[in-house]
Amino acid sequence: MPKDIAAAGTNGAALLSRPQVHTGREALPAERCLEIHRIMVRTRAMEERMIKMSKSGEGYFWIGGPGEEAFNVCLGLQVKKGSGPAFDFLHLHYRNSATLVAMGMELIDGLRQMAMTRTDPHSMGRNFAGHYARHEWNVVPISSVIEIQYVMAPGTAHVQKRLGGDSITIVTGGDAGTAEGDFASCLVWSSRPGKELPVLIIVTNNGWGISTAACSQHGEKFIIDRGHAFGIPGEVVDGNDPVASWHAIRRGMEYCRTERKPFLLEALVSRLYGHSSSSGSQRVAGEKDCIALFEERLLEAGVLDPGTRDRVHTEAAEEIEAAVERIVREPRPSSADVELHTYAPSSVDAVYPGDYTGLPGAKD
Amino acid sequence: MATLVQAVRLALHYGETHLGVTDIFGEDVGPPLGGVFTATQGLKTAWNSPLDERGIIGMAMGIAYAGGRPVAEFQFCDYSFNTIDLLKVAGNQRWAGAGHYKLPLVLMTPSGSGIRGSLYHSHSFESWASRLAGWKVVMPSTALDAYGLMLSAIADPNPVLVLLPKALLRVRGDQLIPGEPANPDKLKEMIDAPVGDRSSWQPHWPDVEPYFIPLGQAAVVREGQDATVVSYGRTLPLCVQAADELKRQSGLRFQVLDLRSIFPYDWKAISESVRQTGRVLIVNEDTEVTNFGEHLLRRVIDEHFYELLVRPRVLLGRHVPGIGLNQVYEQNTVPQLPSIRSAMEAVATEAA
Repeated sequence: MPKDIAAAGTNGAALLSRPQVHTGREALPAERCLEIHRIMVRTRAMEERMIKMSKSGEGYFWIGGPGEEAFNVCLGLQVKKGSGPAFDFLHLHYRNSATLVAMGMELIDGLRQMAMTRTDPHSMGRNFAGHYARHEWNVVPISSVIEIQYVMAPGTAHVQKRLGGDSITIVTGGDAGTAEGDFASCLVWSSRPGKELPVLIIVTNNGWGISTAACSQHGEKFIIDRGHAFGIPGEVVDGNDPVASWHAIRRGMEYCRTERKPFLLEALVSRLYGHSSSSGSQRVAGEKDCIALFEERLLEAGVLDPGTRDRVHTEAAEEIEAAVERIVREPRPSSADVELHTYAPSSVDAVYPGDYTGLPGAKD
Repeated sequence: MATLVQAVRLALHYGETHLGVTDIFGEDVGPPLGGVFTATQGLKTAWNSPLDERGIIGMAMGIAYAGGRPVAEFQFCDYSFNTIDLLKVAGNQRWAGAGHYKLPLVLMTPSGSGIRGSLYHSHSFESWASRLAGWKVVMPSTALDAYGLMLSAIADPNPVLVLLPKALLRVRGDQLIPGEPANPDKLKEMIDAPVGDRSSWQPHWPDVEPYFIPLGQAAVVREGQDATVVSYGRTLPLCVQAADELKRQSGLRFQVLDLRSIFPYDWKAISESVRQTGRVLIVNEDTEVTNFGEHLLRRVIDEHFYELLVRPRVLLGRHVPGIGLNQVYEQNTVPQLPSIRSAMEAVATEAA
C-alpha cells in the first residue's frame, strides 16, 4: 500500500477506490481535501470580514494570514490537541488564524477579538486581531513582539521531553523575523548535544517584511539552511499546496515525535492583502491564491463540483453574517476591567492576594 | 548562621524538594561550579545554560507555560538589559491573554555595587524592574529574609524577580534559618562544595523548615520617633549602622524600615511611620533620575504633605554613565556610610 495512503490513517483498500488529489507521489483522500477546503474558505471569509471591519470603524487594525490558509489548516488538523505537556504546544504568530479555525475555533471568536468585545475569549478586547490565546489547546498568548515565540518554544519542549511521550512544541513565524537573535537562540537551545528538544521550527516565508523584500535582507538561500550547522534537518515546502503541506508537516511532526529532536520546516506562502491595515490591506495582484488553486484541482479531480464549491462559500458568508449580528449586541469592556488578570491569586502576597487592584494601599 | 548566599541555596533546596521547583538554571548555575557566587551548589535540579540571557528568560517562560516551576538566574543584573522586552511580556502575558495562563517563574540575579564591579557588575536594577507591570520584585538584605522571600517567590504563581545585593552575599545573618545548624562551620561542611575536586561531592542538607515572608511586607529594623528612614539592599545595613551611631552620639531615634519588597511595596508601613515622625529619608543606590525612591517620595507628598514637619528627601546614586573601577569613583557615585549618616542627621534635626 502506498506509504501516504497508509499515513492517511484510513482503510487503504476503500481509499484506493475513492478519488484523491495528488502532488507528485503524495496524495490526500477526497474527504480530507474537502475538509481542508471548507476550513480554508471559512477562514478567508473571516479574514476578509476583519479587513472590512478595519475600514468601517468597527475595528482599528487588522493583521492576519490570507494566503497562508493551505499550510496553516494542514498544521491545525494534525496538532495533538489538548492542555498540558502531554499535548502539543503552539507558539504561533499573528498569521495563524487558519490553524486555530482548523483546531476548532469558531469564527465568531476571531471576529470578537477584531471587534474588541468583552466577550473576546482570547484577550477581552485588549489585543490585536489574530492574537489568540487558548489554554485548553496549549496555544500560548500570541504576541506582536516579533520572534520571541522562538525563544520560548524550547521551554515547553524541555518539559515535554522530560515527561516522555510524543508531544511536540510547534513554533511559527515569518521570514523577516528570523533576522532577530531569538531565532538563533531557538536553534542553539533546541540542539544542545544530548539535550535536543522536540521543536517543530516552522517559518512561513512570504518573501516580505512589511515593505522590505526578503531577497534584499537575507544572504541565506533557504532559512532552513541555517539548521545545517546544528544538525537540524529541514524541508522547504510549497505552502500554497495543501497536499504537499500536509505531508511535509506530517513528516516534520513524526520526526520530532519519534526522534525528540528539532526539525525546520520552511513553507513558501503568499501574502494576499499586504502586511496589515496599516499598509492599506488592498488585495495584491500577482500572488498565488491557495484557495483558487486548490478549487481548480478539486474540480478537475472530480472531488468538488461547482455547486458544492459555491455552497461552501455561501455558507461561510452566512456564518460570518450571523456572527457579526451577534457581536454587535455583545458587551464591550468597562473601566472596571482595566486591571483584570494582571496577577494570578497568591497565598504569599500581603498586598495582592487576588488580582492587581491599583497601587499598594491606594484609596480608589 | 547562614550567609545570605547560603540562605538562598537552602531556600532553593527547599523549593526543589517541597515547592515543586523543576529547574534551576543559568550560566554556570549547574555542576561543577554551582553559581559564580555559590548560590546553586549541590542542587539536584540545577543545570548550565548557554550564554544567552534572552534564551534563559525565554526558557523559563516556556517551562512555566508547560506547568514547570523554574528558577532562572541572570548571572548579574547588569546582563538584564537586552531582555527587557521579554521581561515585559512575561509580566503582561496573563493580562494580554485574558487570564488564560499564569507564569510561576522566579528570576534571581545579583544586583548593586560593592565588589569593585566597574561598569559591568555594579548596576542597580530595581528602578527599571519596578516598571514591569505583572511582576513582583523583592530585595532581601539579610540571610533570613533571603530565605523567606525566596520561598515566597517560588510559591507565588506570578513572575517574581529576586534581586540579591551582591555586597551582602557573604554576610552572615544574625537569625537562624529554621532548621539550620547553629554552628556555621557545621553548615559549611554540610552544604558548601569543597575547593578543588568536587566531582564526587554530595551535599548533606539540613532539614530546613518552611518560612514564608509575605511579598509586600516591610520589616521595621529599628524603632524610633525622630525620623523615618526607608531603604533596602546594600544601603539598608548602612542606614541601621548610622541609626545606631546617631542614637549613641546624639540620642536620635530613627525608625528604619527595610522595604524588602519593591513591588508590591508596603505602603501601609511607610505611611504609618511617616504619619508618626513627619520626617522621612529614602535611601537606595540606584541612579537618581527616575529612581524608584522618587515614586515613594511622590506618594509621601501626595498623601502626607500636610503631616510632614520638614521636606521629605531621598539619597540616591548619581546619574552618571557607570560606576568606575577605581574606588574613588565608586565611593563618590553611590551612597556610603558617611553621606547616609549626614542625611539622616539632617532630616532628624532640621528645624520644623
